[in-house]
Amino acid sequence: MSYAFRFDGREVPAQPGQTVAAALWAAGVRSWRTTRDRGAPRGLFCGIGICFDCLVTIDGAPNQRACLVPVRAGMVVVTQPGVGR
Amino acid sequence: MSYDVAVVGAGPAGLAAAVAAVRAGCRVALLDAAPRLGGQYWRHRGGEGDDAGHRAWHVFARLSAELAGSTVDYSAGSAVWFVEPGPPFALHTPDAVVRADRIVLATGAYDRSLPFPGWDLPGVVTPGAAQALLKGSGVAIGTRVVVAGAGPFLLPVATGLLAAGVRVVGVYEAGNPRRYARAPGAVAGTAGKLREAAGYLAALARHRVPYRTRRAVVAAYGNSSVSSVDISRLDRSGSAVPGSVRRQPCDALAIGYGFTPQLELPLALGCATRLDVDGSLVLTVDVAGQTSIPGVYAAGEVTGVGGALLALVEGRLVGAVVAVAAGRPPVLTEVELTRLLTRRAALRRFAAVMHEIHAPPAGWPAWLRDDTVVCRCEEVPLARIRSAVTELGATDARTVKSFCRPGMGWCQGRVCGYATAALTADLCGRSLTAADVSAFAHRPIAQPVRLADLAAEPG
Repeated sequence: MSYAFRFDGREVPAQPGQTVAAALWAAGVRSWRTTRDRGAPRGLFCGIGICFDCLVTIDGAPNQRACLVPVRAGMVVVTQPGVGR
Repeated sequence: MSYDVAVVGAGPAGLAAAVAAVRAGCRVALLDAAPRLGGQYWRHRGGEGDDAGHRAWHVFARLSAELAGSTVDYSAGSAVWFVEPGPPFALHTPDAVVRADRIVLATGAYDRSLPFPGWDLPGVVTPGAAQALLKGSGVAIGTRVVVAGAGPFLLPVATGLLAAGVRVVGVYEAGNPRRYARAPGAVAGTAGKLREAAGYLAALARHRVPYRTRRAVVAAYGNSSVSSVDISRLDRSGSAVPGSVRRQPCDALAIGYGFTPQLELPLALGCATRLDVDGSLVLTVDVAGQTSIPGVYAAGEVTGVGGALLALVEGRLVGAVVAVAAGRPPVLTEVELTRLLTRRAALRRFAAVMHEIHAPPAGWPAWLRDDTVVCRCEEVPLARIRSAVTELGATDARTVKSFCRPGMGWCQGRVCGYATAALTADLCGRSLTAADVSAFAHRPIAQPVRLADLAAEPG
């Protein structure tokens, strides 16, 4: 069984139980946030909810830790610029 | 109602403590942030093949089966963000307030990072991230991976990737593990650790993966993500040997220098701490595992990073101790107690030697450039930290923090705390103190909590 969600307008496949970060990584996506000062790309770093580098906007809510949030079918994930609002 | 004991954290230490306490007849609550039991050490997806690549999985299977058949109230997805002093202690999670007459803190540790040019590029991750991605979601961190840093944990990360079919292009250890042979006293009684390491090294050799010691990744390069790293030889003092740098192409780098214990809850309660031999702030505990605050016990990495076997022993001991404190008859015989204490002492001796051998290489501050980001959240470069000391006159890490904001962003210094503290000490020409590290460790709100959840709190 697999299901999909949307990331920046495209469809990304995922498996149940995977985190958003894992599904994005498996799809070849390495960053889903840009920093507020330098505009530098950021993605996964600590992988366990400590570093907050992987923050992303999910279903309109900014600052979600992609490494912790489990994928749900049909969720809408978009790259988060800066602090997300 | 008030539980006899609430255990925070369901990794090796917390699981062992909860099972030991319920075995002794205690009413036990077990609170854990993750969706499944096991902590970082036994992270798994939930399904077939969960045991693949795990150490001591049979221990986890036995503990979780005993837990499931017991009266322990286990709450998954329950990150404790605050503990009110007790007894009874009141443990706040987003969904509930749990009251207990005593608590066991077994909150574990996370990877310790050192900055270097390019460490903020996507594709540069901690070894723990590579491991969590693989064990928790079945996804490999890259197709050509460099594993680097210091400590025994690099080995299972590398062999786990190999087992998943990933090409590991090299493992680069900053320390000199040959020194284990010079500490026979400390290694005595922990032969299993050496056998485990030998097994990993054999797996690396089978796959023709170079394992190089006294090497460090001193820079990473790439545009949108990492595409190569610079590897330098280290001299005996831990400084990069000039002219020894070699460029290594890769599409991911897993790098870390040991672990940092997760101390938010005990620090907010006022528990006493000390600087451990690895430079980590850890809890001061007595022989029974009790912190300086009566009724607050600790087990596992929070008392000093020492690995899962030590965590299991400490958890079992503390579980038995709190049961006696709760008025239950002792469950451990004197022989069992002596055996556990002997085992704990042997594993602690091993950990002390391990920390000395795999210490952060002394030369790492020299790898940074002026524009190298030290604090990833607030994007504070080395130059600003240096000027806080040399121009603004800061002489301690807390002042550096207030002058230029390292450790004041989302992660609250979890990632850059050690490095900023060590850089401050280095710039001031003195050695690292507990006060330096402590300046980044106090976080009264231990976990992110929504304002709506705060507003819904009773009272």
